[in-house]
Amino acid sequence: MRDARGDVKRPIGLRLWLSGGWLILLVLAALLAPWIAPQDPLAQDLFTSRLPPFWEAGAEPGYWLGSDSLGRDVLSRIIHGARLALIVALVAGTLTCVIGTALGLIAGYYRGWPDRIISRFVDIWMAFPPVLFAILLIAVLGTGLTSIIIAIVVIDWTRFARVIRAEAMTQGAMDYVASAQVAGRKRMGTMLTEILPNVLPTIIALLTLEMGIAVIVEAILSFVNLSISTDSPTWGGMISEGRTSVHQAWWVLVFPLITLFLTVLSFSQLGEGLKDRFDPVLR
Amino acid sequence: MTLLRNILMRLLSTAITLFGVAVIIFVVIRVVPGNPIAMMLPPGATEADIARLQAQYGFDKSIFEQFMIWLRGVVQGDFGTSISLRQPVSSLVLNRLPATLELSIVALLIAVVIGGTMALTGTRWRNTRKEGAIDVSTGMALSIPDFLWGLVLILLFGVLWPVFHISGRISPALDIDFTTNFYLFEALLRLRFDVLGDLIGHMFMPALALAIPLSAIIAQLLKQSLKETMHLDYVTLSRTHGYGEHHVITRDALPNAILPTLTLVGVQFTFLIGGTVIIERLFSYEGLGNMAIDAVINRDLPLIQGIVILFALIFTLVNLAVDMLYVVLNPRLRHA
Repeated sequence: MRDARGDVKRPIGLRLWLSGGWLILLVLAALLAPWIAPQDPLAQDLFTSRLPPFWEAGAEPGYWLGSDSLGRDVLSRIIHGARLALIVALVAGTLTCVIGTALGLIAGYYRGWPDRIISRFVDIWMAFPPVLFAILLIAVLGTGLTSIIIAIVVIDWTRFARVIRAEAMTQGAMDYVASAQVAGRKRMGTMLTEILPNVLPTIIALLTLEMGIAVIVEAILSFVNLSISTDSPTWGGMISEGRTSVHQAWWVLVFPLITLFLTVLSFSQLGEGLKDRFDPVLR
Repeated sequence: MTLLRNILMRLLSTAITLFGVAVIIFVVIRVVPGNPIAMMLPPGATEADIARLQAQYGFDKSIFEQFMIWLRGVVQGDFGTSISLRQPVSSLVLNRLPATLELSIVALLIAVVIGGTMALTGTRWRNTRKEGAIDVSTGMALSIPDFLWGLVLILLFGVLWPVFHISGRISPALDIDFTTNFYLFEALLRLRFDVLGDLIGHMFMPALALAIPLSAIIAQLLKQSLKETMHLDYVTLSRTHGYGEHHVITRDALPNAILPTLTLVGVQFTFLIGGTVIIERLFSYEGLGNMAIDAVINRDLPLIQGIVILFALIFTLVNLAVDMLYVVLNPRLRHA
């Protein structure tokens, strides 16, 4: 049965447009990177080392946002870095969401011993400092894209499990679930057809948030030199290099930082906006 | 009696959690590729040398045996010897702990002051543009994690307008002979305000980076519960007695609105402490987190274990303390 909730027309809102717009721009940049990047992101050239951005004296055409100490074009590296950032966001975010949500639903709806086991693990996980745990996992798994994705899933599934468990418990206590039971539905079926759709707005908001977090975790790991090998450009790696030479060439730090900032902000604002849009009962 | 039973159950649960952390960390770091012993020996070391040191650190035994030996030591307060620094883990870790605790507590204070002020201002001017501005800024502060705030602060107040130190804990010239490692506390007690100023100049940027997301959470939660409390009868009664808006918010609404915020701030404070790991790295602050990252890079297994267990202990103690505080502050729960 459907209620009228989904039919309520609400303005999408400025923040949804802005954050969605930035993310679409990023996706396009990532897809079209080889064609739109003005330079080869890996090409080192000492003659073009530490060029300033285009509006400053000494800038060179083709290096719009300047170049780093090895003469690599900052803009091209940001555009190519978007590929890795978005892959990490999508894959790690989705995997974390699926695993965390499944465990949260089971714990919150079935209760009993599954809940006790899952909650115990959540408690243990909450006692780990997450960044240190991630760094440790990368030390164990070795650097590389797969390791980063595994590390993010391993440290962050509790974020979903905790919230979804609580929501599933609330929903599970409601009359419509009881009537589904009385009508002879299987437990599993009730969980998937009754509980899951009702916690979906929360899942979507958490998922977009998690995508932003995944991008940050990758940046943090690059920052401590534990991400992908140094030849593929990453925003975190650029920030790490930019941090050391910030007094000589601020643009190497500032532009990737702005990109990262806007991306993380967009993911979370998109999540908030979508949550409001999907569930007018909230607020 | 039930209260005592509750406390005992909580302590038992805490012990199980800590044990779980110990088991997981112990197993995880022992599958790390790269031989920690080979890394500490000079290149010319023979196989026999490596084997001898392996035996000395107990790495030739099974993981289970190693765990039992380690556990036996921990019960006696012995956390083993650091491989890279060749000192007892317990003294290394306890030397760094004060730096991290001071940083976390200063960050918490900043967050409470900023967040509290924003919540009170937002409630005082609710449903106006001012509240809207506060909502937008807390929303933004919340979605950006401490690591990015740290970088932004470095750019703004370390490079663009260099008013604060962005590296280290204290200027070498001012490093007086501290008897404890609680520099901030000691400088305050010894009335060395020049040292105190220098310490705060170093600590302010990393502490603020840690505080910004938490202050936004405090602002949002406290404002929400303040606004709910403002509709209650006793607040209206206070208003009819002629008390002004300021008095009504701070004296009548605030004490009742604080409770829901408090429990969440407890969990969030553990997140803040977890955040010190990368923030200390970013600001080259000589604390536990910075030491932890070095320990991982050096494959210093005993040191990693010690630091992770200490963090887990701090997290569980903070949560325990908040639960106790909640019971103390909420009379309804005292006899429940």
